[in-house]
Amino acid sequence: MTAPLVAPAPRPAHVEELQARIRGMQATRLDSKAVPTHPALESVLPGGTLREGTVVQVEGSTTLLMALLAGPSASGRWVAVAGMPEFGVEAAARFGIALDRLVLVPDPGRQWLTVVAALADVIPVVAVRPAGRVAPAESSRLQARLRQRGTTLLVAGDWPGSDARLGVEASEWQGLEQGHGHLAEREVVVSVAGRGEFVRSTRSRLRLPGRSLEFAPVGTDGTADVAEPIRLDDLERRATG
Amino acid sequence: MTADPGRAIVLWCPDWPIFAVCREHGLDAAAPIALTEAGLVYACSPAARRDGVARGLKLREAQYRSPGLTVLDYDAALDMRVFEPVVRRVEATVPGVQLIRPGTLAMRARGPARYYGGEDAAAAALLETVAELGVPGARIGIADGPFAAEQAARAARESSVGIVPPGASAAFIAPLPVGLVVDPRTATLLNRLGVHTLGEFAALPDDDVRRRFGAAGAFAHDRAAGREQARVVARTPPPEFEVEQHFEPPLDRIDQLAFAFRVGAEEFIDRMRAVRLVCTGLRIELDDERGGHSSRSWLHPRWFTPTDVVDRVRWQLQGAGTADSGLASPIVRLRVVPERIDSTGNHEEGLWGGGPDERVHHGLTRVQSMLGHEAVVTAAIGGGRMLADRQVLVPWGDRPPERTSDAPWPGSLPALAPASVFRERLPIALLDARGDIVAIDQRGAISAPPERFAVGGGEAAPVRAWAGPWPVVERWWDAEHAKRVHRFQVVDDDGCAWLLVRDREGWWAEARYD
Repeated sequence: MTAPLVAPAPRPAHVEELQARIRGMQATRLDSKAVPTHPALESVLPGGTLREGTVVQVEGSTTLLMALLAGPSASGRWVAVAGMPEFGVEAAARFGIALDRLVLVPDPGRQWLTVVAALADVIPVVAVRPAGRVAPAESSRLQARLRQRGTTLLVAGDWPGSDARLGVEASEWQGLEQGHGHLAEREVVVSVAGRGEFVRSTRSRLRLPGRSLEFAPVGTDGTADVAEPIRLDDLERRATG
Repeated sequence: MTADPGRAIVLWCPDWPIFAVCREHGLDAAAPIALTEAGLVYACSPAARRDGVARGLKLREAQYRSPGLTVLDYDAALDMRVFEPVVRRVEATVPGVQLIRPGTLAMRARGPARYYGGEDAAAAALLETVAELGVPGARIGIADGPFAAEQAARAARESSVGIVPPGASAAFIAPLPVGLVVDPRTATLLNRLGVHTLGEFAALPDDDVRRRFGAAGAFAHDRAAGREQARVVARTPPPEFEVEQHFEPPLDRIDQLAFAFRVGAEEFIDRMRAVRLVCTGLRIELDDERGGHSSRSWLHPRWFTPTDVVDRVRWQLQGAGTADSGLASPIVRLRVVPERIDSTGNHEEGLWGGGPDERVHHGLTRVQSMLGHEAVVTAAIGGGRMLADRQVLVPWGDRPPERTSDAPWPGSLPALAPASVFRERLPIALLDARGDIVAIDQRGAISAPPERFAVGGGEAAPVRAWAGPWPVVERWWDAEHAKRVHRFQVVDDDGCAWLLVRDREGWWAEARYD
């Protein structure tokens, strides 16, 4: 990227460029490689894809976690899921995770961190639900290992110093009515926060899953920011309930 | 035909499958036991036979005739495995043994008769050998050709040896039913033609039999006439790869045992490697001081290295305990038998499908050695209506079961599958507008539309949308295992969808679409 000497760029482009530079400086490794990611998540993830050696927190939705795993799995990578005994295998298969390259460790118990480290050595994308708190020292040691191995860690829970945090803020199912119909598709609002508090959190709408079990961004242009956030009554009900 | 070479000895152990099963599972052979294959009785114990159970009977009919019947699946591999030591022992007494089927052996009569000084003496020596192994009631038949000899062994009722003098075999087998030499369809046809016994069949002209029944018929005709061309073809004893180790004094700690066996494991693998073979499946047998016996097969996604063998021994002993835990009873004997052996040439690449990459395998093996064999699993989708039945978890390295998920399974859920399937269903309460629990009557109608919903005794939140009941009826023909549940889909106030189940005991959350 050249220094902006040539001509002053229009303002929004300028802001975006500065943001990109900040993000670049904050990245743990400048040349960390992209992991093939489901196209629907491009608008969600900071930088557009999962990156090798990073830790992404995924809160509140197993489907979102499966969507993150589906991309690498479809591109022929092995994926592992540790500490999630209720991980729905059938849903995973239908959302595009290849079962013959999926490894589950449902109950790693107290040794879960060691297990994750052992898995991370050989499997490029590992998802884990931590069984307890992680000390910052332990997490940074593991993260160094992840960077060295080029493994992406998805954490369904808390992780000190994660590179991005995805959470489901609102979800709305369609197809089910009062006494008839069946669940058909759902729209969720995914909130994304980047590393540190410098990158402001953004929201995106996703179809998770759509009518034919696909993942897709909702909205006209598919940009990251939602022009009109969630329906007001949802928020009100959430606040009171 | 010269005078002698056709003479054959057949050693027959009656009800071998039953004996093998009793020895393996520690059952009492005097009890009524039946082994089934494809829903039909394959073998039964003498007690069951007295009750009227016979081979080929339907399982239901057999259970009706003998209410106390213990029914087990027939396992041909087990039969073979238990018979193998008998074959070895007999081979040590009389060389050149042909295995006809588990429980039945044939050998040439000439050598043993000359060595032991007569056919009677040879038979007595063989019986003694078999009795030493604890096999009861073995019988011996000696006649011209293995077929006649086997019939002689089966016909020997009073004594355990039946000898048909040379040249008398045709007359001996003449009164036996014709079904012994031909398949059931041909046997029926022959019966309709008025041919009931082997003697009558043998009396038919050769050419006619060949024209009408083809080569197979001609072969059977020769057998029936006592002109059997088949000779005893002695088997070549397979090379021995198994290793056995006795521990004196017995070892009571897993790590001790694992250490003591390290050299044995290396020898086991090296011996195979020397002839360019790799082992992809093995069986580990352990005997403890109190007479307990543990035996298990282990498969390997690639092939076994000495460390892998030691690991398998450890896992088999360990169960859920840790590596340094003590054992219930000290181990006196350890035996490792290769079950699947393959040429090294076939293993340049992976074993199943694309082949798991070696690094992945090593990493997962490490996790397995940390947590135990069952802790690392791969998943497959099986058949079933309930979600938990549909996910089949197979320990890393074991073979996945056959696929049954392609069957229609009426009552299973539509395409959208829930992302979280609870291993233990969560108790919930689904309440109607008045705060009563929603009930479902015999006809599958709900008492009132659900309004509120609480998970595990928490606060009840409003239900946004719902649908149901969708009945699932399983095994209605079986009073003990019958299951009748109703399913609901519910969206709660946070926009999270649940799959609920109502059974006899109450409401449960089976899965969550989160």
